[in-house]
Amino acid sequence: MTSTLRQVGIDIQDAEENRPLVNAIKADNPELTIRHLPGLLKLQAAGRIVINRETVESQLGREWDTGEFQLAIVSYAGNFSEWDDDQIIVSWEH
Amino acid sequence: MTQAKPRAKKLPLKERYALLTRDLDWEPSYVEREKLFPYTSYEGIKIHDWDGWQDPFRLTVDAYYKYQAEKDKRLYAVLDSFAQSQGHLGLADASYLNAIKLFIQGVTPLEYAAHRHFAYLARYLEGPAPRFAALCQSVDELRHCQTQIHTISNYNKYYGGFHSWSKMHDRVWYLSVPKSLFDDAMTAGPFEFLISISFSFEYLLTNLLFVPFMSGASFNGDMPTMSFGFSAQSDESRHMTLGLEAIKFLLEQDEGNVPIIQAWIDKWFWRAYRMSALVAGMMDYMLPKPVMSWKEAFELYFEDQMLGGLFPDLEYYGITPPRHVEDAIAEKDHLSHQVYKILHNFSFAAAFTTQTPSEEHSAWLSEQYPGSYDELYKPVWDKHARTEAAGGRIFFQGLPQLCQVCQVPMAFTEPDDPTAISFRTSEFTGETFHTCSNGCKWIFDREPEKFVQAWLPVHQIYQGNCGGPSVPEVLDWYGIQDGDNGEYKGSPDQRSWAEWHSGAPKQES
Repeated sequence: MTSTLRQVGIDIQDAEENRPLVNAIKADNPELTIRHLPGLLKLQAAGRIVINRETVESQLGREWDTGEFQLAIVSYAGNFSEWDDDQIIVSWEH
Repeated sequence: MTQAKPRAKKLPLKERYALLTRDLDWEPSYVEREKLFPYTSYEGIKIHDWDGWQDPFRLTVDAYYKYQAEKDKRLYAVLDSFAQSQGHLGLADASYLNAIKLFIQGVTPLEYAAHRHFAYLARYLEGPAPRFAALCQSVDELRHCQTQIHTISNYNKYYGGFHSWSKMHDRVWYLSVPKSLFDDAMTAGPFEFLISISFSFEYLLTNLLFVPFMSGASFNGDMPTMSFGFSAQSDESRHMTLGLEAIKFLLEQDEGNVPIIQAWIDKWFWRAYRMSALVAGMMDYMLPKPVMSWKEAFELYFEDQMLGGLFPDLEYYGITPPRHVEDAIAEKDHLSHQVYKILHNFSFAAAFTTQTPSEEHSAWLSEQYPGSYDELYKPVWDKHARTEAAGGRIFFQGLPQLCQVCQVPMAFTEPDDPTAISFRTSEFTGETFHTCSNGCKWIFDREPEKFVQAWLPVHQIYQGNCGGPSVPEVLDWYGIQDGDNGEYKGSPDQRSWAEWHSGAPKQES
């Protein structure tokens, strides 16, 4: 399977409690662009966006279940190609 | 940096999900499978292995309730603080509430309808994974309906027009647009429903339908609506996933499914897109502080994310972009203006008020629509403004012709000529039926037996089924009270706004 570079995106609620999560996503996805819209942050990157539990935990200073991502997300463009205990990946498949 | 404590031992997510979802399923022993699941064969869709359905969220009952409870807790904290701090005083303007009235009349009842239909899918889909995903969505939709009513009820204490929205949804002309779309989906088979609501509505167009409402709420001082919106949207991400999973699953199961799915995408893209015309009018004209134009949202959420991102992915399965998508792109400079003109002309019979855009608002529209606004739409608004300055107000006298499919009044223009009304006809059993666009005509011609049964509000008035022949009788039957409708300037809401914002103390009655 060849990887595609089409844009994927995640929209996250612009809230204080989501800041460590957004910082973690920024740290793990250097190409990420962030657009501010009223009430939400629009995160976009070419090809894929990765969220690592360990990076989020080190930003938060506490344990974090990948399921908690459900409390932050507003919308997305792409496909959840992985969602397990350690990692969430949004990408296009073909 | 704080060191995270060693994690408590528990089963990995994948195993937990497999145990709690699939392993709780069983093969029927004393009832034939076809009797247990009677609705999954007549649409022509072939499924060879229901276990091919993957839920990327890997949601289990315990996790579902844990996160949903947390979402509600956060939402209700916002609602409480808004009520306690007289948050209604922070609204940009009372005219903003017209957008919220359109929402509770047009969208909230759809949440309830979705709740009902996903409960049906949770019973009748054959695989345990899609059944469980449908069950979660059914509970979500009920939560959305309830939290929307609860949130919006806050404004009912201070402003008018929030009564009777459920009755209105069943009766009022512009609300037959969303209602008939959902009725169309619910009367289709379970697989078409998945492509209509889960894929076309939730995945393709949900961002265009919901995110603008919520960003608009945030920008116009409506914290509670923004909060319920984003709380609902977090569920929506799961629903989008269900939609995408459904389409990939159906396409992977059998090559014979591909043309069936393509035809449903062609139909439902246009159906959902036509309904979103109401959102286009709301975004560009009903928000005192507009956030983003319809055109920009369409380009960002539909052209970039869906045509640019999703459809190349689906091409792998032999799926092409929706039929008539070029017509939608061609009218992005016109849609919102044409729809709001309809609402403005007929708001004497609507359960919200309208107004001619202010000079400032008009300047914003001109900036957003350099290719169309100044030439085609501003002159009309300028004429309204002159009439109103002389003490008048133009309403259209008479009833409009409606499109047999989308039920929007026939006021859209040709994709290649914004000065000519797009007017299509089809013959069926000796009668002529009218549609507003190539898309709606194609949909009618594909299923004329279904669409001749449409409950068209204008026809129903003429047939004597809507309370009587005069406007006051019809409005009474709609549940519209004097002052809910018409012009915003001088309306009860505008007077209430002035009173709440004049320094004089006012008692809550």
